[in-house]
Amino acid sequence: MAISLKLNGQTHQVEAEPGTPLLWVIRDELKLTGTKFGCGVASCGACTVHLNGEPVRSCQTYIEDLEGAEITTIEKISESRIGQAVQAAWVELDVVQCGYCQSGQIMSAVGLLSENPKPSAEEIDDYMNGNACRCATYQRIRAAILRASEIMEA
Amino acid sequence: MTVNTSRRGFLKSAAAAAAVLYIGARPNGALAAGAAPAQLNPFVRIDTSGTVTAIIKHFETGQGPATGLSTLIAEELGAALEQVQYEFAPSDPQLFNNLAFGPFQGTGGSTAMANSFMQYRQAGAAAREMLIAAAAQSWDTDPSALVIENGIIKGAGRTAPMGEFVAAAAQMEAPAEPRLKEPGEFRLIGNTAVRRKDSLIKTNGSAKFAMDVHLPNQMVVVIARSPRMGGSAAGIDDSSAKSVKGFIRAAILPNKAGVAVYAENTWAAFQAREALSVDWDFSAAETRSSDQIREELLAAVNSAPQYNVNGADQAATAALIDSADTVLDRTFYFPLLAHAPMEPLTCTIEATEDGGVLLHDGCQMPTVPHMAVAEILQLPQEKIRVNTMLAGGSFGRRATPTSDYQAEAAMAFALTDRSRPVKLVWSREDDITGGYYRPAVAHRVRVGLDAEGSITGWDHRIAAQSILKGTFFESVLVHDGVDATSVEGVADSDYRIPGMFVGLTDTAKATTVLWWRSVGHTHTGYVMETMIDEAARIAGRDPVNYRLAMLEGGSKHQDRLATVLKLAAEKAGWGKATEGRSQGIAVHKSFGSYVAEVVEISGTAEEGVRIEKITCAVDCGIPVNPDVIKAQMEGGIGYGIGHAMRDQITLTGGEVDQFNFPDYEPLRIGDIGAIEVHIVPSAEAPTGVGEPGTPPSAPALANAIAVSGPRITELPMSENGVSFA
Repeated sequence: MAISLKLNGQTHQVEAEPGTPLLWVIRDELKLTGTKFGCGVASCGACTVHLNGEPVRSCQTYIEDLEGAEITTIEKISESRIGQAVQAAWVELDVVQCGYCQSGQIMSAVGLLSENPKPSAEEIDDYMNGNACRCATYQRIRAAILRASEIMEA
Repeated sequence: MTVNTSRRGFLKSAAAAAAVLYIGARPNGALAAGAAPAQLNPFVRIDTSGTVTAIIKHFETGQGPATGLSTLIAEELGAALEQVQYEFAPSDPQLFNNLAFGPFQGTGGSTAMANSFMQYRQAGAAAREMLIAAAAQSWDTDPSALVIENGIIKGAGRTAPMGEFVAAAAQMEAPAEPRLKEPGEFRLIGNTAVRRKDSLIKTNGSAKFAMDVHLPNQMVVVIARSPRMGGSAAGIDDSSAKSVKGFIRAAILPNKAGVAVYAENTWAAFQAREALSVDWDFSAAETRSSDQIREELLAAVNSAPQYNVNGADQAATAALIDSADTVLDRTFYFPLLAHAPMEPLTCTIEATEDGGVLLHDGCQMPTVPHMAVAEILQLPQEKIRVNTMLAGGSFGRRATPTSDYQAEAAMAFALTDRSRPVKLVWSREDDITGGYYRPAVAHRVRVGLDAEGSITGWDHRIAAQSILKGTFFESVLVHDGVDATSVEGVADSDYRIPGMFVGLTDTAKATTVLWWRSVGHTHTGYVMETMIDEAARIAGRDPVNYRLAMLEGGSKHQDRLATVLKLAAEKAGWGKATEGRSQGIAVHKSFGSYVAEVVEISGTAEEGVRIEKITCAVDCGIPVNPDVIKAQMEGGIGYGIGHAMRDQITLTGGEVDQFNFPDYEPLRIGDIGAIEVHIVPSAEAPTGVGEPGTPPSAPALANAIAVSGPRITELPMSENGVSFA
């Protein structure tokens, strides 16, 4: 099927079979590789993108449901004020280790701060529960979200 | 230092340097030709604009060598760290070998910094002396009057960017022994303000992992593998797969271990594999269940051991224990564990114009796939190139002695006309069921205690499937039949233990086994530290003081263990836990580093344990990048704790029961409340940090739970009487 996909402010004409996950359209067709494949079953969050401003797992989001939707990936998240604050906090605290999950972590963190600009540590843990990091950078993820919240206030 | 501008001199020095490198001595020489950008030695390239490139011989999987080795170059060269960019070395076991491994290029055993520390400093220092010599010659001044600061050569009343002298320096012979900084002169080594060099690219989506390779006209290959370990493909029916748009073809791999499914893209490859029907021959396949493997291991530790590891008199040890006032007798079992790095395994092979191939890979041990790919594709070694890319985690999984996934890619490539690049992709299910696991291990320990609770005898038996036997590491790390990785952490314990006997039994192959972050220490640290903790409790003595008494002996190892133990206890407020909380402690030496951890919990095993805080103290010699060290402790702790809490791989009839993260549940952000890391100042040579944070974490948790709950002797905890809040 042919679909017109609005992604990072641009419209792309994409040809894909119904049932194709958005993840593989983003990675294999549009060649935007910041969005990662980690589990394919919405259990790790590495593939998180924003759909109409809300974080979703792109491995379980199907192409036929996306006509007219606005999608944002890690490559353009710095264009939002919250995205900038999160990325700045991530770099300031050197959150990353292998880095493979971090696009998804950041997309979820931006989702959290969009809903709740001043989350508590407990609220962070609840919201970020679905984003796995096998390097266990969690202490710094929590600290960086709190720091991003401060940056946003300044 | 001599200045040699003749071509003959250059060749002579380059040849000499290569010969020195081959035997693993000081590798600071190999000069490149005079054209800029000049490679002043194997590890440093500087262009005329002054951009320095550190050539990193280790792979970067988050443990920090891109930052760490760049720091060493910048420190000795006199550059700002921001002036240094990094790239990964090509595959060349002569130039880029791991000095701890011989003529072999690879990362493992937490050796990246330890084996590179002098080498990269010397490389930076040699580059500095050559640039200064070139400037001194040009300025007609004494080199001793010149220094390099932030990439600027200064002295004798003049300044100039170092890039101006690159071309001249590249014509010189490398100094035999460049002067290295004294520790008091360090401005980057040990500097807590130094930041990672890979943070930005890993934060904005631009970092390229092997999974991100997209070559023109590439095919994606996934492998259909036998559901039962050791099965082989006897036939295929791809009639349904043909209806998947983008499916190209399916072919049985030459080793029959799987079927390669070729497609135009990843999703089509997965779909076609689902649709493919494979006739499996299970005649040589594993049929056991993990319960049987467990029974075999437990039987082995309750029988006479196959190997006497430490040469002790077992009968004498038994007599000491039998005549003790109290005998503590515990049997332990540790399950199979998967590594599950965040980036599923992948690599890409493409043909090159010279008739060879280029392998794009998050490559942990380039020498192994280099040889394997050459053999499978029947190409000479010099026709193989490896592009080492960022790796999305490994924890040991990317370091297979068989280079299993690169070999799969090469076999799949060999079945084509080689005109299209082949990208091999593993799914998470392939990874969890893939059959490379931390071996299942059993221990039985009998400890005799006298009336004061001091240890009088220690009989320790271990049974495991050997990781090393049958691999090319066997000749180096197996002595008198004993696989060192099965007994490390017990046989070399620094505790003063009288009458200690250590026995080992190898058990028959159950799965393909592999090192897993901290290798043998994953289980030996657990057993040693929970047994000693229980002995202390039986003796009615404080677990910290009890351990300190066992570390009195004056050896450097004992002193360093005692130091981290005391530091962790002090920083954690040992013995001062608030009402409703319990503390457990453990200390362990691995990979040359000393780590103590205090775990503080609330709740109970029955109603739910919550890990509130973990306090860690580490002595890893000179702390090169303190913040990277802290991060590695945080990560090593999380890795150890997460698996001890709830992970295991089990088999039913030779098939793996788990399939993906929902049933091989990773540590999550809420599982650990806080981690605090303290680094012991040191002037000793740097040692490992990637693995040593892991071993004390699970026993410290177990010891905290045991304060008012059960002693956990079998993992994972969640399957053995502990619930987590």
